[in-house]
Amino acid sequence: MTYKYTDYLKTEAQPYMWCPGCGDGIVVRALAEALAELQLPPHQVVIATGIGCWGKADDYFATHAFHGTHGRALAFATGIKIGNPELHVIVLMGDGDAVTIGGNHFIHSARRNIDLTAVVVNNYNYGMTGGQYSATSPLTARTTTSPRGVPEPGFDVCALAETSGANFVARTTAYHVLQIKKYIMQAIQKKGFSLVEVMSPCPTHFGRRNFAGGPLAMMKYLKERAVPKSRFDKMTDQEKIDHIATGIFVDKERPDFLKVYRELNPINQLADQGGGNK
Amino acid sequence: MSRPKGMQLLQGNEACAWGAIDAGARFFAGYPITPSSEIAEVCARELPEYGGVYIQMEDEIASMAAIIGASLSGQKTFTATSGPGFSLMQENLGVGIYQEVPCVIVNVQRVGPSTGLATRPAQADVMQSRWGTHGDHSIIVLSPASVKEMYYLTVRAFNLAEKYRTPVILLSDEVIGHLRENIALPEPGTIEIINRKRPQGDPKKYLPYKPDEDGIPPMASYGDEYIVHASSSCHDETGCSNSKPDTNNKLLNRLRAKIYNNIEDIVQVEYFGPADADITIIAFGATSRVCKQAIVEAEKEGIKINLLRLITIWPFADEQVQKVLEKAKAVIVPEMNQGQVLGEVQRVNRTNTPVYQVSRTDGELFTTAEILAKIREVAI
Repeated sequence: MTYKYTDYLKTEAQPYMWCPGCGDGIVVRALAEALAELQLPPHQVVIATGIGCWGKADDYFATHAFHGTHGRALAFATGIKIGNPELHVIVLMGDGDAVTIGGNHFIHSARRNIDLTAVVVNNYNYGMTGGQYSATSPLTARTTTSPRGVPEPGFDVCALAETSGANFVARTTAYHVLQIKKYIMQAIQKKGFSLVEVMSPCPTHFGRRNFAGGPLAMMKYLKERAVPKSRFDKMTDQEKIDHIATGIFVDKERPDFLKVYRELNPINQLADQGGGNK
Repeated sequence: MSRPKGMQLLQGNEACAWGAIDAGARFFAGYPITPSSEIAEVCARELPEYGGVYIQMEDEIASMAAIIGASLSGQKTFTATSGPGFSLMQENLGVGIYQEVPCVIVNVQRVGPSTGLATRPAQADVMQSRWGTHGDHSIIVLSPASVKEMYYLTVRAFNLAEKYRTPVILLSDEVIGHLRENIALPEPGTIEIINRKRPQGDPKKYLPYKPDEDGIPPMASYGDEYIVHASSSCHDETGCSNSKPDTNNKLLNRLRAKIYNNIEDIVQVEYFGPADADITIIAFGATSRVCKQAIVEAEKEGIKINLLRLITIWPFADEQVQKVLEKAKAVIVPEMNQGQVLGEVQRVNRTNTPVYQVSRTDGELFTTAEILAKIREVAI
């Protein structure tokens, strides 16, 4: 049979709980379309989430799903993948999940190069809890817990994944819908740890305090300020602050955790002993 | 080293690892911590031989998460730790309970709080094992008192976890974990092994959290055609989050009932010494070994005293303890903490039977003389 993108979605659970102007729904659609384009049987896909606005996405998927604790989605997903290496495990995290409370799991998953696909929707703040700053909020940005400006600089999520050892790292924005789908497809097909970061608007919180204009203005910003990395790298430091580098930053073939593990630890004839759940 | 054959001098922690392997565990995720690390070391060496995987995670939070994830993928999974690591596991232990994920957590207790007397023995995580994770919940906790029990109670922990779809804690201590005793491991295939109940029928009609009459939902694995949705948020029978007012109430009541309706199956105790004694000691783990010796010595002095040893710590053996309290003129509760089981004994003490505490928190095991001195004092 052929799968349509709607075969991966619980359409009866829609409309989404997210605010108007949020990028989350766009990424759900792009992910479902990527799964359909790859024709992955829904029962071989696990969507794993943490906590936050984007952490609610599991409720909209008709595939296997896991919803865990804040920041720990990658650690749960690591077990899920090793428990059944045939599965395609896609981990949906916000900036809070991925690089703030879960930063340690993020860098170690990339270092370990476990075969997972992380889709990080970065909206620069904690939307779910009312717009407090996260570890990606830019220096001096106004949030509900930084009314006079964030006193710390934000992480570059892609740079973090790259330095930690990820096999595939790409960034795009919620405006660039087809690119989201394309990058997710490449990420799923890549063995080892892959990251797709989607810069996304939060008009309700971050946008309200840091952008003139509403959701439309934020989308326009993403459209106009997203530039290929080659162009971004030539910009001055001041120009870089106002732009977003996009594109594929890493695409390599380092062997993934399970491959290395099995090479070092071959299974022998005892594998059938004992009472498992076969 | 491969599987020990015949009578061997094994360490408690080693016996625990072999119990897990024999029970069918094929996935261990952990973070090294004394006095539990030998369990990780045996798993790292042996699990690949059985087709399994040992993974060293970045911390105990991740270790607990990984064993839940791998169990949802169909594996029997476990981890081992001690106090500081056990504290970190509490967050995701709640996920395991709420999502009804079979797995085993071994806590080889050491003195706390905090870093404490690193690696010295204690029995002070009794209450943390019961109430460490936030929110109302039920839990099964077993307490081994010998190397043999490190093996058999680990097997039992897996069996109970699979049967009741719940995390089970093996609450050991440094003395038992590092104790060496002679033990002959049973031949593989000769011990009772329980596997989780699997769904049957049309996958399209499968609801992952719809319980059977016994209150336990059949469990599919990720990758099965039976689609699983496991949520850490309040969920209904579909597994999807659901915040209707009565959903959590109904769920929590079922999670409690599936444990507390099966007390007779879960709760185990051991009786030692003359049945007609006037004084009873209630003890568990390493402490119970010293108490047995003290009882033998007391008998030589003409003092009749017996022991109720808690093998299952949680759910608490209310009925057995109550019977003891009704019959005995006095009860002594020695434990290597400031009185955690003592409080439970007092909770079920409807007869106002005098209850005496013996406490040690200095990282040393009780001596026989110390217990004997208390026995003499109470016997007068």
